Amino acid sequence: MKNGFLVFLASFVVLGGSWCGFVLAPVLQLGGQQQTTILNSSDVYPVGRPGEANQGLQVYRANGCAACHTEQIQQEGVACDVVLTSVGKNPLAVTNAISGLKLTGLDSVAASAAVDSINAAGGKAEIHINATGPDITRGWGLRHSVAEDFLYDDPVQLGSVRIGPDLADVGTRRPDANWQLLHLYAPQSVVNGSAMPPFRYLFRVQNIGGEPSPDALNLPKGFAPPAGYEVVPTAKARELAAYLLSLQADVPLHDAPFTQPPAVSKP
Amino acid sequence: MNETSQTNSSAAEIDRSCCIPLLALFGGAALWLVVGAVLALLASIKFHAPDFLANCACLTYGRLQPAADDALLYGFCLPAGLGVALWLLARLGGTPLRGVIVPIVAANLWHLGVTVGLVAILIGDSTGFTWLEFPRGGSVPIFFAYLLLALWSIMIFAGRRERTLYPSQWFLVAALFWFPWIYSSANLFLLTSPVRGVAQAVIGWWFANNLLLVWTGLVGLGVAFYFLPKITARPLQSHYLVLFAFWTFILFATWCGIPPGAPVPAWMPTLSAVAAAWLLVPLFVIFLVVWRTVCGSVKSNWNNTSFCFIGSGIDAFLLSGLMLMAMACPEINRFTNFTWFGPAETQLRLYGFFAMTMFGAVYYILPRAVGLEFPFPKLARAHFWLSLAGIVLLVVPLAIGGIVQGWKLQHPDTVAFADTTKVMLPFLRVSTLGLLAMLLGNLLFFANIMGLTLRWKIALIKQFLAFVKSPLEAASASASLRRDKEVRA
Repeated sequence: MKNGFLVFLASFVVLGGSWCGFVLAPVLQLGGQQQTTILNSSDVYPVGRPGEANQGLQVYRANGCAACHTEQIQQEGVACDVVLTSVGKNPLAVTNAISGLKLTGLDSVAASAAVDSINAAGGKAEIHINATGPDITRGWGLRHSVAEDFLYDDPVQLGSVRIGPDLADVGTRRPDANWQLLHLYAPQSVVNGSAMPPFRYLFRVQNIGGEPSPDALNLPKGFAPPAGYEVVPTAKARELAAYLLSLQADVPLHDAPFTQPPAVSKP
Repeated sequence: MNETSQTNSSAAEIDRSCCIPLLALFGGAALWLVVGAVLALLASIKFHAPDFLANCACLTYGRLQPAADDALLYGFCLPAGLGVALWLLARLGGTPLRGVIVPIVAANLWHLGVTVGLVAILIGDSTGFTWLEFPRGGSVPIFFAYLLLALWSIMIFAGRRERTLYPSQWFLVAALFWFPWIYSSANLFLLTSPVRGVAQAVIGWWFANNLLLVWTGLVGLGVAFYFLPKITARPLQSHYLVLFAFWTFILFATWCGIPPGAPVPAWMPTLSAVAAAWLLVPLFVIFLVVWRTVCGSVKSNWNNTSFCFIGSGIDAFLLSGLMLMAMACPEINRFTNFTWFGPAETQLRLYGFFAMTMFGAVYYILPRAVGLEFPFPKLARAHFWLSLAGIVLLVVPLAIGGIVQGWKLQHPDTVAFADTTKVMLPFLRVSTLGLLAMLLGNLLFFANIMGLTLRWKIALIKQFLAFVKSPLEAASASASLRRDKEVRA
């Protein structure tokens, strides 16, 4: 045990190995990541957040929102549904073909087999892919989060504890800026029994002089300021709300496919 | 053995040479320990009353919690670990500390950096990366303070008179060397010239794991492997097993930390999970070493407070290691991911293992270094029981609550999200009590350290006064000494 230098060298190699693995390799593999195209579309994803939302990311960071909220939807797998789009010229044959088939919650092999047998009968069918898993069932998103979702974030704040709900797709779930502002000022005014601390310091309570401010919050009873006063969001509150609205992980990608339900698909 | 060294310095001389740097490091650390506990308690109260202190931006949960964590890690754990390492390398190498001004300056620079960093978090200047929240104003001073302290420790190590290495020295030197590497890498790739996208998250996880698991593990185990045999007066069983644990630990532990299901290329979490599974090897070997070393002598050493602290610290290390392995296993991770189980594991490792081990070491080292007894030695015992009760009351409810919460999160059809929060409330209430007990324990530690510092200062003043008052006696004494020498010559 006198070969101090050899010991040092060996430790250096062992410790440096993990540096190569989890610092160098991610930088090489992910550091040059580019936009990707949306599945079945020529549009690219992601497009950067608008300026106000980008500033909101800094408000999110400064107030440590990631201490309670994650931004990573988990997914267990996919389930395929076979949807009949046309019965073709021989409806009876198609009906017969369908009657023996299971058409929902299939894996991809079973789904293509079902589509094949419908096609053979003269009908037309397509496969709809749905992500599965508790987070998806909760309505937190349509697919799991992928590396591309965070391409333009700095800092990337994935969070590690769900003291509050996941926010990766909150902009799709709660697209109303006014709701977000009410929720930030007085969480319990919109979510009964919410454990979120109010962020009143992001708002100004001011005297209504003459004209009421157009930005003033329309708070329910019990949360409203005394008569003659109004609650107005500061720039920081508006930026934070803009950031929350910009959190939309709602497009299918090559590594996270799903079929967009028509109600959610954007114009 | 170094033949040229004339006389090996006595243990007492080495201890005393570390006195002022250790007082500076441990004194500040004790203060941050109390500050961190107060911040953690304030943060915890928010779960019972979300409106509590809600008008103050500085005291919102998202700032209090990271500030509390960083006060514990950067405020207490790192400087305490560095102080103990400095002393241990001096003691094991048989070399007194020279140039004490450098570690003293470094200790103060460190505490300055922590002050800046914590204030920055509270005013909203956190970097947003978990365990790396300090912005440049805080991270640069602590980085250079660390370099100075590590350099001085390594110089003691290099100039050691006892050439044969004791296993603790491997652990400490590796840790001293590893922190600058991970801290500079993380700061460089995340803050100075940030990389794009989720590579940030991967580097952040790698850094946090290497600081919280590898660094604390190396220092804490190195310290424990010195003190457990020392206190029980039994040899370490055996050196070879310990070295095997060392190699397997740095080989596997450095690769942990990427959580399953993270939105990164799949090879990363898979590699981490495999590494975490292999962690069982060093954990088992460490268990074996400790068991064979202290087995049968626990009862007779139970009245030694340092032994209690370090022994329970090792237990907490093994338990937290098992919890970490469980979390890396995909089947179990379903029920622990994103729950309180993770914070419970981190607290168990940071406070239950590392801080407890450091308490034991400081209670042993500081009276010897200063040359005075603690003013309230009985409070050390109370500190042990309060800290132990505190960490149990904090970790057990959070871990159990975390699994309950995870089970509920996994059943979206029957359990609304609000219920997963509500079900945690009773567990969080108990954990607040745990934090309170820890705060009280920390206060006792603080009182003892500050009391000892005060005693030391009073002794210094007395010495000085005595010197001023009796110049003649001193002069005549030195004259007689000279005379004696001449006679002998």
